[in-house]
Amino acid sequence: MQQFLLKNFDAVRTAIAILIGMLICVLLIILVSSSPGDSISIFLFGPFSSQRTIASIFEIATPIIFTGVALSIAFQAEQFYIGAEGAFYITAAVGTAFAVSTSMPWFFHIPLILLVSGTFGGLWGLIPGYLKARFNTSEVVTALMLNFVALYAGLYLINNFFRDRAAGFMVSFRLPESAELSRFIDRTRIHWGVVLALVVAVWAYYFLYHTRTGYEIRTVGHNPKFARFGGINVFKVIIIVHILTGAIAGMGGMVEIMGIHRRFNWQDLPGQGWDGVIVAIIGRMHPLYVVAAAIFLGYLRVGGQQLRLMSDVPFELVLVIQSAIILLITARAFLSQWEARMVIRQASEEAES
Amino acid sequence: MSTLLESIFSVEFFFAVLRVSTPLIFPALGVAITAMSGNINIGLEGIMLIAAFTGVIVSIYTESLMLALLAGVASGIFFGAALGYFHLKLKADIILAAVALNFLASGLTIFLLIVITGGRNTSALRSLTFPSFHIPVLRSIPVLGPILSGHNIMTYVAFLSVFVYYVVMFKTPLGLRIRAVGQNPDAARSVGINVDRVKLYALMISGVFGALGGLYLSMGYVSWFSRDMVAGRGFIAVAAATMGGNLSFGTLLGSMLFGLVNTATIYISSLDIPSDLVQSIPYLATVIVLAIYSARNFAPRKRKAGSAHHPENEHHEKKP
Repeated sequence: MQQFLLKNFDAVRTAIAILIGMLICVLLIILVSSSPGDSISIFLFGPFSSQRTIASIFEIATPIIFTGVALSIAFQAEQFYIGAEGAFYITAAVGTAFAVSTSMPWFFHIPLILLVSGTFGGLWGLIPGYLKARFNTSEVVTALMLNFVALYAGLYLINNFFRDRAAGFMVSFRLPESAELSRFIDRTRIHWGVVLALVVAVWAYYFLYHTRTGYEIRTVGHNPKFARFGGINVFKVIIIVHILTGAIAGMGGMVEIMGIHRRFNWQDLPGQGWDGVIVAIIGRMHPLYVVAAAIFLGYLRVGGQQLRLMSDVPFELVLVIQSAIILLITARAFLSQWEARMVIRQASEEAES
Repeated sequence: MSTLLESIFSVEFFFAVLRVSTPLIFPALGVAITAMSGNINIGLEGIMLIAAFTGVIVSIYTESLMLALLAGVASGIFFGAALGYFHLKLKADIILAAVALNFLASGLTIFLLIVITGGRNTSALRSLTFPSFHIPVLRSIPVLGPILSGHNIMTYVAFLSVFVYYVVMFKTPLGLRIRAVGQNPDAARSVGINVDRVKLYALMISGVFGALGGLYLSMGYVSWFSRDMVAGRGFIAVAAATMGGNLSFGTLLGSMLFGLVNTATIYISSLDIPSDLVQSIPYLATVIVLAIYSARNFAPRKRKAGSAHHPENEHHEKKP
C-alpha cells in the first residue's frame, strides 16, 4: 500500500485535491441550499440524467481539450505562456475569414482551413516565443498583452469585413456548408471536432513522451541549466513549444466555430483559453490525463447548469470548486510532509529487513 | 477632423482621462511593488474584484463608508497574503496560483452576491460612494482647474499613492529590502534578509493598492457591484507597470497612457475611425517596449557571462 502510494504520489495528490474540492462543494451546498440533499444529487447525478446533458459534457470538453493539451506542452517546458485565450480567439476570427471567402468541396476545405488556422496560431505563438528565447522577455506579460491585441484585432477583422448585417447582432457571415464539421449523434451538438481533439491529444502524448524533441522539452522544464549543459538547444525548445501551443489552441478555436457556432459570434474573449490552464493543471500536463480533466470540467459545468436550473444553488459554485482544486494541485508542497514521512518509514523498513 | 480635435482636446476629455486612469493607477502600483520584489503578480484582477465586492456589501449592511473601506482593504491584504502563502509556503508557481485566485474571485463574488442579495448579475441595492470634491484654489485656475478639480476623492488618493510608492520604495528600509530581494535574492539572504517574508510583505502591499482600485470601481466609478466588473484592469495594470519600468512616475504615466487611449476610443467611436484597432495600440506598444527593455538588459549580461544566461528560467526552476 505504502509503496503504491509513493509510486503514484502525484496521482494521489491530485485525487485528494479533487476530493477536497468536492467536499467544499457539498459543504457550500449544505450551507446555502434549502434542500441540500436534492441539490447535491442534482449536482452530482444531473449531468447523467439525459442524453442532452451527457452530450453537453463532451461539447464543453472538446475546445478545452485543445487548449489544455496546447498549454501542457508549454507548461512541460516550464514556459508559462498563458496566451491560449488570445490564440484561440484570433485564430477563430482569421479562420472564419478564410472559410467564408473560399469555397471548395469539403474534403479539401476542412483540411485547408485547419492547416491555415494551425499555421496562423503557430505564428501567433511565435511572437512571445521568439521574444522569450532571444531576449528572455517574460512570456507571461507578452502573452497577456497579446490576448488583448487578439481581441481587438479579431473584432476589427470580423466587424469591419465579414460582418453579416442581415443578422440582428454582431456576428460574421455563416460558414459555407463545406466548412462545417458535421454532428454525428442525433439531437446533440457533438461534432467531429471531438475526434480531432482526441487525435491531437494522442499525438501530443506521443510527441512529448516518445520523441527526442519531447524529451528535450521535458528536460528543459525539469532543469534548464542541466538541459543547457547537456547540449540541448534551449532556444529551439522554447520556440517549438510556443509554436505548438499557439497552433493547437488556435486550431481549437476554429474547430469550435466549425462544429458548434458555424459563424464567428464572440464579442469578447470566450474563456476556453483559461479553462485550458485549469485542465492542464488538473491533468498534470500529461496530454492523455488532460482529456480526462477536460471531461471532468465539462461534468462540473453541466452539474452547475443543472443546479442553476433546478435548485437554489448558483452556478458559480463550480468556479469556486475548480479554483480550489487547481490551487491545491499547483501547491507543490501540499501533502509533501506526508510523502516525506512515508519515504522515511519505507526506508527504515527496508533497512531493518 | 477639426471637430474631432476639438472634442478630444476639451476640458471634459482630460477630466475623463483622469477618471478612467484611476482604477488603473492603483493596481499598476500593486504590480510594480511585487515586480520590484521579483515576482509577476497577475492576481490584481482577483484582488480588485474581491475588494470591490466586499466594499459594496459592507457599505450596504453597515451604511458606513469607513467600515467599507477598511473591510475592502482588509480583503485585498488577505488575498495578497493568500497568494503569498500558496507561492512561498506551499511552493505553487505564482502565475498559476494567481490564475486560480482570479477564478476564485470571479466565482466567489457572484456566488456570495446571489446568496446574500439575491441579485444575479448586479447588486440591486446601491452602495455608498466615496465623495467628489473641489479643491478651492486649484478650482479657479482657468483651464487646469476644471480638469484637476472636482474628482472623486479616490482619484486624488491614487496620485498620492504614486508618491507613497516612491517614498516606500526608495526612502525606507522596507523598500530597500524589497529591491534587494528582487535584484538578487541570494545576496539578500546572505546579509540576513528573510527573503520570503519580504516577498510576502510586497504581495500584501500590492493587495492594499489593488483593493483601493477595486473599491473605487464599485464605490466611486459606479455605485454597485456587477459580475466581473474589473474587466481586465488587473491585466492592463501589468502592462502599465511594465511600461513604466515599475518606477513610481513611469507606472503613473503607463497607467495614464492606457486611460488616455480608453477614453479616446469612447470619443471617437462615433467617427469613422476603427476604434478596435486604436484600442489595441497600447497593448502592442507594451509588447514592443518590453522587448526593447529586455533586449537592452540581455545584451551586456550575455557578454559578461560568456553564455546565454537566463535568470528568469532560474526563477521558474522547480524547487526541490
